[in-house]
Amino acid sequence: MAQMIIDTGNHIAGYACRAARADVIAAYPITPQSPVVEQIADFVEKGEMDAKYIRVESEHSAMAACIGAAAAGARTFTATSAHGLALMHEMLHWASAARLPIVMSVVNRAMGPGWNIWADFSDSLSQRDTGWIQFYCADNQEIFDTIIQSYRLCEDKQVMMPAMVCHEGLILSHTSMPVDIPNQKDVDSFLPPYNPPWILDVNEPVTHGSLIYPEWYMEFRYFMYEAMEKARKLIPKIDKEYGEKFGREYGGHLERYRCEDADLVLLSMGTIGSEAKIAVDRLRNRGLKVGAARVRVFRPFPKEQIQNLAESARMLGVIDRQVSYGMEGPLFTEVKASLYHREDAPLMTGFIAGLGGRDVTFLDIETITDKALKYLKTGRVEKEIEWIGLKR
Amino acid sequence: MDWLEEVKKMVKLKELPKEELLLPGNATCAGCGLSVALRLAYKALGPRTVLVIPACCASVIHSPFPNTSFASPCLNIAFEAAAAAASGVVAAYEKRGVKNVTVLAWAGDGGTADIGIQALSGAVERGTNFIYVCYDNESYMNTGIQRSGSTPYGAWTTTTPTGKRQHKKNVPLIMAAHNMPYVATACISHPLDLISKLRKAKEVEGSKYIQILVPCPPGWRFPTEKTIELGRLAVQTGMWALFEIEHGEFRLNGPSARLVDKSKRKPIEQYLKEQGRFRNMTNDDIEVLQEWVDKSWEHYKRLM
Repeated sequence: MAQMIIDTGNHIAGYACRAARADVIAAYPITPQSPVVEQIADFVEKGEMDAKYIRVESEHSAMAACIGAAAAGARTFTATSAHGLALMHEMLHWASAARLPIVMSVVNRAMGPGWNIWADFSDSLSQRDTGWIQFYCADNQEIFDTIIQSYRLCEDKQVMMPAMVCHEGLILSHTSMPVDIPNQKDVDSFLPPYNPPWILDVNEPVTHGSLIYPEWYMEFRYFMYEAMEKARKLIPKIDKEYGEKFGREYGGHLERYRCEDADLVLLSMGTIGSEAKIAVDRLRNRGLKVGAARVRVFRPFPKEQIQNLAESARMLGVIDRQVSYGMEGPLFTEVKASLYHREDAPLMTGFIAGLGGRDVTFLDIETITDKALKYLKTGRVEKEIEWIGLKR
Repeated sequence: MDWLEEVKKMVKLKELPKEELLLPGNATCAGCGLSVALRLAYKALGPRTVLVIPACCASVIHSPFPNTSFASPCLNIAFEAAAAAASGVVAAYEKRGVKNVTVLAWAGDGGTADIGIQALSGAVERGTNFIYVCYDNESYMNTGIQRSGSTPYGAWTTTTPTGKRQHKKNVPLIMAAHNMPYVATACISHPLDLISKLRKAKEVEGSKYIQILVPCPPGWRFPTEKTIELGRLAVQTGMWALFEIEHGEFRLNGPSARLVDKSKRKPIEQYLKEQGRFRNMTNDDIEVLQEWVDKSWEHYKRLM
């Protein structure tokens, strides 16, 4: 039976792992991810989940164990945050190049020093080029739904790539919200058992990941590039099919809110996207034509969807919860790159906000809007990058 | 157990399967000790063996894509990750009900004593049902003979050009401290002992660790036809002791069982002078190393 429960984002990620019938979980605790793996341990030990749970001694080993398990034919899951994800970095490359559809919950947290356990996308965005599909969620329901969708996407024979499903530490990880947990039968019919095209099987011996010379290496990397392009096409299809079955969809790559006639569109990821909706409603009441768009998938990056937004919007304001030192916010960079070839590209301005868990409220977003609208009025972006709420 | 009794229990050469699971034409150096060890291990364990190999000489000798010189499945994995990846393979097979498969992590001494020791310790502490073999050529040979924690005192390597100033790390005893069911050492010069130990490990439930000394002609600087002879000298001088620790019970095996008395052991010079890597050792250095060998044996004596 489907049931409505009230629980934290972390526990909900555990529920999704159970609903997806993961065979092997290998995980190591880190704040603020720990309740994800505690929830799964609880399910496994109570017999509510038929899975092998490997309590590894590090995140590096967590990913290595997931790789071994996935190569041996198991559906795998792990979860981590910040320094744990950074420690995994080498194995992230390994998982994607080995074409193993591992799904991982990333509870976004800032990197130290100084130690900071709060929300920040610097952990997952630093892993941009590892070949992982990256989803960013805005509420607990979306965490559940995206994990289920991710397995379906990653295990598609055209894709066979891993995915991280990210949610912000403490903002979602430790906040309880009502979440609909669908009927297991319905989840099973949406997500068939993992049926990998290649596994470690003594009856059909093959070598995985052997030495490869320059004459072939590039071809395998091109296959990965192609797989990501196929994932790009499948993401909205899977989201739509999920919506038809469960009554919830998220706009594929990009969730749009009151963008149709908007002069200014505010782009962001994760919960800042939810907060932006509140700001948009308030600004609309003031008669301002503002919309919000939340980038739900950072890799593959939704270039076309950004281009579509730019058809109507005259200005884009991009809010980043991370900074690339020596450049700007990574989302801002990608948005600009997506529009490079357009002659009629809108004005664009980037904002850095909410690092290390600092709140980004609708009032902050209204401040951002006022700045952006001022630029729009004059037709000139005075300051391309601005840090919001900075004490000086 | 009496040595003769032990010999009787040992595998006979003629019992060994003819089938070669390490296929010929692979990329080993001439006189490679590792290839001897792997060939024998494969014969001991049979084709229902899944290898997990981190960066090491073995990841080269299984040959580049699209070829492989292994007749059973193999998962390549990052340098420090063999034991962790093997845990994943074991868990997947347990979950999927795949039976009678031996998961064999096969790593060099750098991947074991140094960069891989954390994952190994973790996997063993969790009681992972697998065999971990460290083939010990006493340096990072694949990267060009750099010092490892397993390099002996005095040895030249490309990162210790005047000789290593620290002693070899005793990984088998570190593993024994994990209270694992089976720990053993072996050497390619004693193939029946080696095979018996792998066969025994295959039968034991839980984590098994075997360290095999594999002389390396290019790294140790000796002629390629002397690989087996060097292994034998390592055992006879006591530089390498053959032992096993079964559920905590320590036992010297084969010729090593007769070498507890120092007078029975050949002086280490006989082993050192055959190898270019020890050429620059002074008499004082040799004395330091001899003392370390003797102390190690005193320690083994206490374990008996």
